[in-house]
Amino acid sequence: MSDTTHDGAVALSTPPSVDDGLSPAGLATKYGLTVSGARPGLFEYVRQLRGRRHFIMAFSRAKLTAQYSQAKLGQLWQVATPLLNAAVYFVIFGLILGTKKGMEPEVFIPFLVTGVFVFTFTQSSVMAGVRAISGNLGLVRALHFPRASLPISFSLQQLQQLLYSMIVLVAVTVGFGSYPRLSWLLVIPALVLQFFFNTGLALIMARLGAKTPDLAQLMPFVMRTWMYASGVMFSIPVMLADKPAWIADVLQYNPAAIYMDLIRFAMIDGYGSENLPAHVWVVGLAWALLVGAAGFVYFWKAEERYGRG
Amino acid sequence: MAEDNTAGRIPTVIADDVHIVYRVNGGGGGKGGATAALSRILRRGKGEERGVRKVHAVRGVSFTSYRGEAIGLIGTNGSGKSTLLRAIAGLLPTESGKVYTDGQPSLLGVNAALMSDLTGERNVVLGGLAMGMSREEIRERYQSIVDFSGINEKGDFITLPMRTYSSGMAARLRFSIAAAKNHDVLMIDEALATGDRKFQIRSEERIRELRKEAGTVFLVSHSNKSIRDTCDRVLWLERGELLMDGPTDEVLKAYERETGK
Repeated sequence: MSDTTHDGAVALSTPPSVDDGLSPAGLATKYGLTVSGARPGLFEYVRQLRGRRHFIMAFSRAKLTAQYSQAKLGQLWQVATPLLNAAVYFVIFGLILGTKKGMEPEVFIPFLVTGVFVFTFTQSSVMAGVRAISGNLGLVRALHFPRASLPISFSLQQLQQLLYSMIVLVAVTVGFGSYPRLSWLLVIPALVLQFFFNTGLALIMARLGAKTPDLAQLMPFVMRTWMYASGVMFSIPVMLADKPAWIADVLQYNPAAIYMDLIRFAMIDGYGSENLPAHVWVVGLAWALLVGAAGFVYFWKAEERYGRG
Repeated sequence: MAEDNTAGRIPTVIADDVHIVYRVNGGGGGKGGATAALSRILRRGKGEERGVRKVHAVRGVSFTSYRGEAIGLIGTNGSGKSTLLRAIAGLLPTESGKVYTDGQPSLLGVNAALMSDLTGERNVVLGGLAMGMSREEIRERYQSIVDFSGINEKGDFITLPMRTYSSGMAARLRFSIAAAKNHDVLMIDEALATGDRKFQIRSEERIRELRKEAGTVFLVSHSNKSIRDTCDRVLWLERGELLMDGPTDEVLKAYERETGK
């Protein structure tokens, strides 16, 4: 900016100005001032978000580390938590209830553990999404950044958490006789698709949760219903064999079931393609694109309103 | 700074009839039990959202600030000073009215981005990134931030989690991180009162530096002395309304008369 100081100018309490009589909006236009806190266009928003990628990564990693920093075992809990989780489900559904209908034990245990971990990935992304804005109002009201950074960051945190769980999953799978083979690589595209789906869902939940914080209380029940309906601990086609076929179809094509099946198919020897619904990859891709893009646009639409108390 | 703004006054912030309303869930009277919440939901207010109480924090404030000005905001507790600052920064959406700004005003403060479970080291990086600095910028300034905070004067504290710091140490580190970046329009909310006397002098110096680099500075403070030392214009807010807007001496005199000092 040019330096407009004139030597010898006398300071008046109200200097006469050529701008007298201009309306505030007119004055703003004349000097190129912009409305503070206005929502940027969609492409500009994506560009800003890209500029904040280091913050998004650092924030998600910091959250992950902070989670267990007070515990004596520290980061060991990253692996111990999913391991204990898997053990509990194994005792309840494997030993006591026996929901393994139509599956050998060496298939059922990895089947169950995969289901629990993969569903937890979506579940915790949604739960973190609900509180992404409403739980971080201090941050939103103190600093500038594209607000989508928060839900995206939380989804990334869950992805990193899942990678720790994958260590346990590999151990369990190998322990029950499915050894590493080429098809294990299919886990990567499947998780990428699920991550996009989760992020989209987290963005939607973040906007809803910012307006209605009560969702944080309601969502655990919704998520539990979703979990039982997605065949985490039983095979949907076997369990619903005597019901109308469309019910099993609806349940099998729901995104959580799709991503679980993709990863089970990739990792478990005895879980062949006959257990998967038709066009499973196409459906997985469609869910990821649809929910990912819709969630992003839906979140961006309210960008300027986040932080209103 | 006063001589800068007489000729060719370039506006940096224009507030045009700004209103800000907070909505508080579950603040609508009653005893606060489950039955009270239920009756609040059932008893529909007159056109109001159910169960929500509104707090009208800023009521129709208009002013224009110019390049080179340092503006103090005064007023009793709860008069809407901090809220107004956040609205100027575009962090709090206005209910009605508009704020026009030149560039991106920033609030001096990173408290909310820092995590007490992380080491001071990681918080410097996290806070810097949260303010929009690049990784290179942070690497460059890392040492000066740590030195400025004086955290390491009493041993290697920067590698300990922030929750182990004394409140003064934490405040110093927070200020050092926040003050590491240069801003177009800078807003400072009572930041001068952190740390011991030695650190206060150092931070006042840093604020003067920041003022030189920034186009316009806003300062919220309850210390009339620091307002007098740094500001040439003062806005006096009371109950969310702009009571007075003028040169520092004039407004402070009236304010002191009113508050009985």
